[in-house]
Amino acid sequence: MEKILLKNIDKPEAYKLENYVANGGYKAVRKALEMDPDHIIQMVKDSNLRGRGGAGFPAGLKWSFIPKDPTIQKYLCCNADEGEPGTFKDRAIMDNDPHLLLEGMMITCYAIGASIGYVYIRGEFEYGAAKLEDAITEAYEKGFLGKNIFGSKFSLDLYVHRGAGAYICGEETALLESLEGGRGQPRKKPPFPALAGLYAKPTVINNVETLGSIPAIIEKGPEWFKAIGPEKSPGTRICGVSGHVKKPGLYELPMGTPLRELIYDHCGGMRGDKKIKAVIPGGVSAPMLVEADLDTPMDFDSMGAKGTMLGSSAVIVMEEGTCMVKVAYITNRFFSHESCGKCTPCREGTSWLTRVLHRMEHGEGRAGDVELLESLCGNIFGRTFCPLGDGAVMALRGALKHFREEFVYHVAHKKCMATTE
Amino acid sequence: MLTEKTLEKIEQIQKNYHSKKSAVMGALMAVQRDSGNNLTREDMEAVARILEVNPVEVHAVAGFYTMYNWKKPVGRNHIQVCWNLSCSLLGAEHLISYIEKSLGITVGETTPDSLFTLSTVECLGSCGTAPMMQIGDDYYENLTEEKIDTILADIRARS
Ligand SMILES: Cc1cc2nc3c(=O)[nH]c(=O)nc-3n(C[C@H](O)[C@H](O)[C@H](O)COP(=O)(O)O)c2cc1C
Ligand code: SF4
Ligand code: FES
Repeated sequence: MEKILLKNIDKPEAYKLENYVANGGYKAVRKALEMDPDHIIQMVKDSNLRGRGGAGFPAGLKWSFIPKDPTIQKYLCCNADEGEPGTFKDRAIMDNDPHLLLEGMMITCYAIGASIGYVYIRGEFEYGAAKLEDAITEAYEKGFLGKNIFGSKFSLDLYVHRGAGAYICGEETALLESLEGGRGQPRKKPPFPALAGLYAKPTVINNVETLGSIPAIIEKGPEWFKAIGPEKSPGTRICGVSGHVKKPGLYELPMGTPLRELIYDHCGGMRGDKKIKAVIPGGVSAPMLVEADLDTPMDFDSMGAKGTMLGSSAVIVMEEGTCMVKVAYITNRFFSHESCGKCTPCREGTSWLTRVLHRMEHGEGRAGDVELLESLCGNIFGRTFCPLGDGAVMALRGALKHFREEFVYHVAHKKCMATTE
Repeated sequence: MLTEKTLEKIEQIQKNYHSKKSAVMGALMAVQRDSGNNLTREDMEAVARILEVNPVEVHAVAGFYTMYNWKKPVGRNHIQVCWNLSCSLLGAEHLISYIEKSLGITVGETTPDSLFTLSTVECLGSCGTAPMMQIGDDYYENLTEEKIDTILADIRARS
């Protein structure tokens, strides 16, 4: 399979502009600048490219919502917040091949009529931010950014905006609040960012991996792209595998590759050849699957049909003997810590869930605690302002669905049935 | 008092935006970096003045994001160990206790010589090389007890 996103990753000094160009880079944007912007949007629509940030929204459709009025300032924001636990794919692109992202952003900005773009990168990614800044500086020096790019009428400025530690800023409207210099709390939708986004102007927000797929689509065409993986969810995907496999890491594979193939063929199977107990397929917000589900193809629709999500395709693999109460506790502790505090069901609910899970995990569970978890889930789900609260519930419900008896055992016996702890 | 260098940085950051308020996060971080990795109330007020933003809003920003250090001072080397799922599956908890023992402090504390502060953090986007931690700007991955010994010894030797 031909790689799209990680094709340059192992090449020496791939982050330098001259090397990116030598590897065939910045051809797609030159081609794009000779096309009509609407034609580019149509190509991306035809490619069926779906957003890689989590929700899988069709990218071309999102772009088409941007008003065409040339007198209105428009923005592109690249979501490089990469906060979903288990996810480490966008970082690889920014650290090693930042020009791929810049080229994707240039084409996108041209297509939607944006003259300014921001990369919102999480604050901890010091190295990646520096690599991006350097790449942007180089691009300006070569006239690839700034006024009249490649002698065309198109002008573009790109900037890096650095986060400062807040998972919720990955949510697109919280990201905009943060870019405007406030606390990163989600906004009410509608209005959607396509009409009123950054500084209340039309704004497209796309993930790094989504934007990184754009140059190949322009260069090779939507039909080529659509032929990779399932037609309704095509392209390649960077699967970030972590946990108890022999070879964790990033694997760029066609969408729809089954989990079993990923784990056994690409990651070398399980550490110590143990059995698989559970797999989280798309970051900790995605409900876990078990051994019997391993033949599920990794694409948006197949994962949805299994009651979970492809999300950020962060695959976390857990071996036999892993304590699921502990997994649930760690996951919930995260959500509670990251709750932005705007709405009560999430703020109070996740912290209550964490308290209950903490005492279960520490051998202090009380009779009725499992039922209490379930009723708390019911009180949070569907009542929160943004999807973070629902994510917390879905993750916990996933663990309870497959491993409820472990939670019951923890309460009854004050210890774990899965491990010797 | 902000230094010339910090003021210049803030000036530069402002050029990235149409709105001065958008520069608050970058300005706070620039000040923190130039002040030994800590932020004071006075720093926040200075940022508010320069950017013509209400000080209350600047405080709110500093309070919302975890990377601004103003609640209590951090030491010269801020060790932040990831304790989210992928790192925990590969022994983060054990490594945290190990570091606590080597430094003689518990999570949340700073060594008496201010050389180290130890914290736990949520996922740092390095899960394929778990367990991991960040010290200052740098990531340390695939950690083991031996690696931690070397890293801490190197820092001690440098200071
Ligand atoms: C709590 C929460 C956290 C999110 N974190 C991220 C993130 O770190 N990176 C990302 O690209 N999208 C994240 N998203 C999804 C974004 O809101 C948005 O859908 C995405 O950036 C759109 O880009 P795409 O269509 O290219 O995927 C998050 C969503 C929620 C609700
Ligand atoms: S669901 Fe949680 S993160 Fe989302 S707005 Fe409510 S409190 Fe904030
Ligand atoms: S879980 Fe530790 S870096 Fe992601």
